[in-house]
Amino acid sequence: MAKEMITGAEALMRALKEENVKTIFGYPGGSILPVFDALYDYTRGDKKAFEHILVRHEQSAAHAAEGYSRASGDVGVCIVTSGPGATNTLTGIADAMMDSTPIVVIAGQVGVDVLGTDSFQEVDLVGVSQPISKWSYQIRRAEDVAWAVSRAFYIARSGRPGPVVLDFPKNAQVSLTEYEPCRVDFVRGYVPYPTVDAEAVSRAAELINNAKKPLALVGHGVELGNAQQELVDFIEKAGIPAARTMLGLSALPTGHPLNMGMLGMHGNYAPNMKEQECDVLIAIGMRFSDRVICNPATYAKQAKIIQLDIDGAEIDKNVKTDVAVVADCKESLPAITKLLRPNSHKEWCESFRPLYEEEYEKVIRPATCPSSGPLLMGEVVKAVADATGGDAVLVNDVGQNQMFSCRYFRYNKKRSVVSSGGLGTMGYGLPAAIGAAYAVPDRQICMFTGDGSFQMSIHELGTIMEHRIPVKVILMNNNYLGNVRQWQDLFFDSRQAFTRMTNPCYGGICDGYHIPYIFVSERELLKNAVHKMLSTEGPFVLECAVKEEDNVMPMVPPGCSVNEMLLEVNR
Amino acid sequence: METKDRKLYTMLVYSENIAGILNQITAVFTRRQVNIESLNVSASSIEGVHKYTITAWSDEDLIKTITKHIEKKIDVIKADYYTDDDLFIREVGLYKLSTGEVLANPEISRVIRKADARIIDVNPTFCCVMLSGMTEDITGLYYALDKFKCLLQYTRSGRIAITRSKVEQVSEFLELQEKNRNKKC
Repeated sequence: MAKEMITGAEALMRALKEENVKTIFGYPGGSILPVFDALYDYTRGDKKAFEHILVRHEQSAAHAAEGYSRASGDVGVCIVTSGPGATNTLTGIADAMMDSTPIVVIAGQVGVDVLGTDSFQEVDLVGVSQPISKWSYQIRRAEDVAWAVSRAFYIARSGRPGPVVLDFPKNAQVSLTEYEPCRVDFVRGYVPYPTVDAEAVSRAAELINNAKKPLALVGHGVELGNAQQELVDFIEKAGIPAARTMLGLSALPTGHPLNMGMLGMHGNYAPNMKEQECDVLIAIGMRFSDRVICNPATYAKQAKIIQLDIDGAEIDKNVKTDVAVVADCKESLPAITKLLRPNSHKEWCESFRPLYEEEYEKVIRPATCPSSGPLLMGEVVKAVADATGGDAVLVNDVGQNQMFSCRYFRYNKKRSVVSSGGLGTMGYGLPAAIGAAYAVPDRQICMFTGDGSFQMSIHELGTIMEHRIPVKVILMNNNYLGNVRQWQDLFFDSRQAFTRMTNPCYGGICDGYHIPYIFVSERELLKNAVHKMLSTEGPFVLECAVKEEDNVMPMVPPGCSVNEMLLEVNR
Repeated sequence: METKDRKLYTMLVYSENIAGILNQITAVFTRRQVNIESLNVSASSIEGVHKYTITAWSDEDLIKTITKHIEKKIDVIKADYYTDDDLFIREVGLYKLSTGEVLANPEISRVIRKADARIIDVNPTFCCVMLSGMTEDITGLYYALDKFKCLLQYTRSGRIAITRSKVEQVSEFLELQEKNRNKKC
């Protein structure tokens, strides 16, 4: 009997089904029409396998795929057309690369016969995406679809995850092929899970066992490796205080007694000061970003540095390490824990307390519990954090809203932070929240944004409206691009070059999109407004008019060492 | 990172034989503002594997980072960096000389013979001389010939190199990968 012949587009559907894809974020267009035609059948009736979410801009498709992945741990998928559709995803691809987020971006492409002729909506997507993706590949023949899709998912999710781009010329979408499912789990030049080096493990354990003042730095790698429990076992056995990077915030519950707060430029005071005092620094799945280490020339010079990372290229990249264990921390952490002597480092752990209290008095209390004056971003975040009790997923945009929400939100569950860390992409929040809402429909999605960031993706209110996506948007409006304005005030002689913004009537906009909306400017009304937002089914926008010229503190000024962190503005 | 002594490093990169890899490799250098001094690309002794021999001036920290980031590319199989002591190295120089000048001045032939260069073509208009050796041998002959005002054209190849170890490291790596793969099966 003759084998069934199907189109490349149909093969793509089958291959995506093989990968257990459930949700696709997309935007159709000329060069991807055959794929959308095939997708049509797979979203209804007997063949139904996927839900397709039509976003309002292709950049949002990539960010939604990121948000989906960050909240669920699965690979996020988006499908767009060629040319501008494809280039619009580039910011999302770069963002996913910086934050090790597994997504697969499938883009239409003009037919192979006209490639290189500057035909309509042709762009060299493989060429432009190569430096910002983990793998980028053009599927030139229908018979390669099964292999390419399987390889793409394998590469995206294995090892240090990342974005993969599949460029799919139209001729390959329409030509016929036999279909055989394919399972790629080996690429000969690729070592996704390096073997744990027993000697490095024993050297790391020895350093930790002899340490008087150890400090663990917890990064996104712990979440990506699903090693949250292994981390707790590790720090509890040896009594190691731990501080988290922004993307590692929910890798360790906020209330854990060994949690000493957030690292970095706007992190907590105690861990920043203690990085310069510890004798052994254990970096776990974190890459010593410049926003964490601030000044590499002075960073933790007194300490022996142990780095646990799945990506060997991270070792010695920004900070020189004494011992590197290149492996999945799900494996390296228990291997080290086994060799640790039980310890409590009581005095050392307690020494964080006075620094926290100092920060609490000078920064946290004034920011979160003010009694007079305009509303503050800190108290808005606290009100939502109190009402959700640490169980919600925090999604945020970029700027002051990001720093305040990361600092004052609470995290009881893993995979609770969806934030653009490395790339710092304004406009990330709303589409990423849409993705997160599809990834974990049983969790509350709280999306903090500012008036600047919100307007970069405000069109996604259309997507939210269409599907009644239960995203709670907390818009903290200060009529400024607040973070840039803060830098201008502190370092550019208060010359506020183009950071003041005239805002539209957000209530009117929400009305147009049929999304429930409340405006709050008074402290006494905040709690009720938050309650109303959280208890309303479906989407909601809560606009809070906050103090216009508030600053995120503490802050490590640019070029300074982490222990030169300022608790108060010092012009 | 601290600035260290700069040296000429040779990087040997092995990749799958597919389009677009060279772009990915050079982009890693470009991003870190390191100039590629010479580059040679050819098929390797392993079927389907291409070999890139790249030289660049760098300090060791930087070349190490660049090597690791090149090796990270999915279709790059292996990348390692070396100093000259670790390698057998050759380059080739081609010199086109005016036959009239060469015949008029016997000193030119003496210089060619002394350098151990070979004449690979002669006709009444020009003759072509080839020399293989290290950079300094080839540039040395160029400067020597240039003095006689007899040079019509000159070109020098990129470096090619093989390691002093018995087999190429990429072979060992691929064997190990296959072994681990079979273990998994």
